[in-house]
Amino acid sequence: MAHRTPLFAAHQSAGARMVPFGGWDMPLHYGSQLDEHHVVRRAAGVFDVSHMRAVDLSGPRATEFLRYLLANDVARLHTPGTALYSCMLNAAGGVIDDLILYQCAPDHYRLVLNAATTDSDLDWIHQQAAPFAPVIARRDDLAMLAVQGPEARAKTIPLLPTALSATLEQLKPFHCCQQDDLFVARTGYTGEDGFEIILPNAQVEALWQRLLEAGVRPCGLGARDTLRLEAGMNLSGQDMTPDVSPLVSGLGWTIAWEPTERDFIGRAALEPLRQVPPTERLVGLLLLERGVLRPGQPVLWKDQPAGELTSGGFSPTLERSIGLARVRAEVTDDCTVEIRGKRLAARVVKPPFVRQGQVKIPLS
Amino acid sequence: MSQVPTDRVYNDSHEWLMDNGDGTATVGISEHAQEALGDLVFVEPPKIGDELSAKQACAVVESVKAASDVYSPISGEVVEINEQLSDSPELINGDAYGEGWIFRLKIADPSEIEALLDADAYGEQIADD
Repeated sequence: MAHRTPLFAAHQSAGARMVPFGGWDMPLHYGSQLDEHHVVRRAAGVFDVSHMRAVDLSGPRATEFLRYLLANDVARLHTPGTALYSCMLNAAGGVIDDLILYQCAPDHYRLVLNAATTDSDLDWIHQQAAPFAPVIARRDDLAMLAVQGPEARAKTIPLLPTALSATLEQLKPFHCCQQDDLFVARTGYTGEDGFEIILPNAQVEALWQRLLEAGVRPCGLGARDTLRLEAGMNLSGQDMTPDVSPLVSGLGWTIAWEPTERDFIGRAALEPLRQVPPTERLVGLLLLERGVLRPGQPVLWKDQPAGELTSGGFSPTLERSIGLARVRAEVTDDCTVEIRGKRLAARVVKPPFVRQGQVKIPLS
Repeated sequence: MSQVPTDRVYNDSHEWLMDNGDGTATVGISEHAQEALGDLVFVEPPKIGDELSAKQACAVVESVKAASDVYSPISGEVVEINEQLSDSPELINGDAYGEGWIFRLKIADPSEIEALLDADAYGEQIADD
C-alpha cells in the first residue's frame, strides 16, 4: 500500500488525479498540468512535497562527517541559516542521490532526501556514519510544501507567524530560517523564486488551505517535472545515476575539489577522471520538428549512435519539446533523435531553457 | 463519470467510430481517454492512403506526460486527417467527440462495425476502470 501525505484528502477534494510516485500516492495534476505550469511561471503555485524526507543530523563531529559524506563542502556554509546543494556519491564516484543541506546551527544540519531513495539513502548514511557518531533523526513527523512563482513570497509571508515576517522579507536565495518546528527556506525546484516550508504534519493542512484562499494554485508533480526540466535541473535516478559520474551529468560545479586534503566519498575515483576531458556529457536538446522528446530515445550525430535522452517532454513555456541527453562529448551542434522509427532534427543548447519566466535559449 | 454519446460505437481501447453513412467513418478518442491522458501536446496522425487493419496502431497522441497509441477500430483506407490537430492538439481535450476527431477512413467491411461496443457497453467498461 502506497504512503499518503497528510494532504491526501485535501488533494482529492481539490480534484487531483492521484498517481503512484516513489512509493507514495501523489497528485499528478488538479485538472490541467499546463495551467499549473503557467501559474508557477506567472503567479504562484503550491506543491505538496511531503513525500520528500527531512533528516536532521547533529553532533560534535557532524560537520566533519558531512564533509566526508558529500561531494560539496559543508565548510562553505559559514553561518547558520544557509543552504548547499550537493551530490552524495558512492565509492566509484557515481551519484547515489542529490540533496539540499541546510545548516540550522553549528553542528546541526537538515538534509532533504528524494522520496524513492529515502530508505536506501539513509541506509548508506548510517553505514558511513559510525566513526563520527552523529545523531541521525528521520523526520517522518514533518510535512513539506513548496510555494513557487514570482508572487509566491508575497502571498506566503502574511500567512506565517508575524515574528518571522521581517526575517522572511530579507531572506536571501539559498538561505533558511526557523521558528520552533516551522522551517522556511528560499529554495525550490522550478527555476522560480519561492519558499520551501517544512512543518509538523498536524499543521500542514491549515497552511495549505490558507495558501489556496490567498489565491495560490495547487500544482501537481506533472507541472513540477516540466518546470524543473525547463529550469535545466537534473532529476536524480534519471539524469544522474549511481553508474554515472557527476562530471558527465553536468554536476562538476557541485564538487568542491578544494581544499585538496578533504577526503570525501568518491573523490579517489573522480580525481583521475577530472584530469582528462570527459567522453560524455549531459546537454540540453531543443527538438526542431514536431514531436515530443522522451527519456530513452536514441540520439544520433552524423548518422551514428551518440547517446540517449535522460529527460524529455513538452515545454509549456516554449511550446516546443525539450530534453536533457547524455551524449558523446563531440556532439555540440545539430543532431537527430529517433522517435518511433523516425529521425527528427534537434539542436544542442545550454540549459536552463527557462528561468524566472524568461526564455534562455535561442528558438530559431 | 464522462459522457458517452449514443450516436456512435466504441473500441475497447477507447477510440470512438462514427459511421458517416457515405461509406466512410470518423475516428477519435473518447472523453474518458482524453481525461486519463491529460493535456495533449502532440498528435501524430496516420497518413492519407494508409491501409489500416482493425486494431492496428495507426496514430499517436502525446500528452504532457506520455505517448499513447491510437488503434483503428476497423479496417479501411485513410481518406482524411484532422489537419487542425497539428497546431491545436488541445481540441481533443476540449471536444473529443467533435472538433477533436482524428481521421476518416473508407469502410472496408461494415460487419466490423457491428462487432464494436455500443454506448451502454462502453459505459460499463469504463465504469470498471
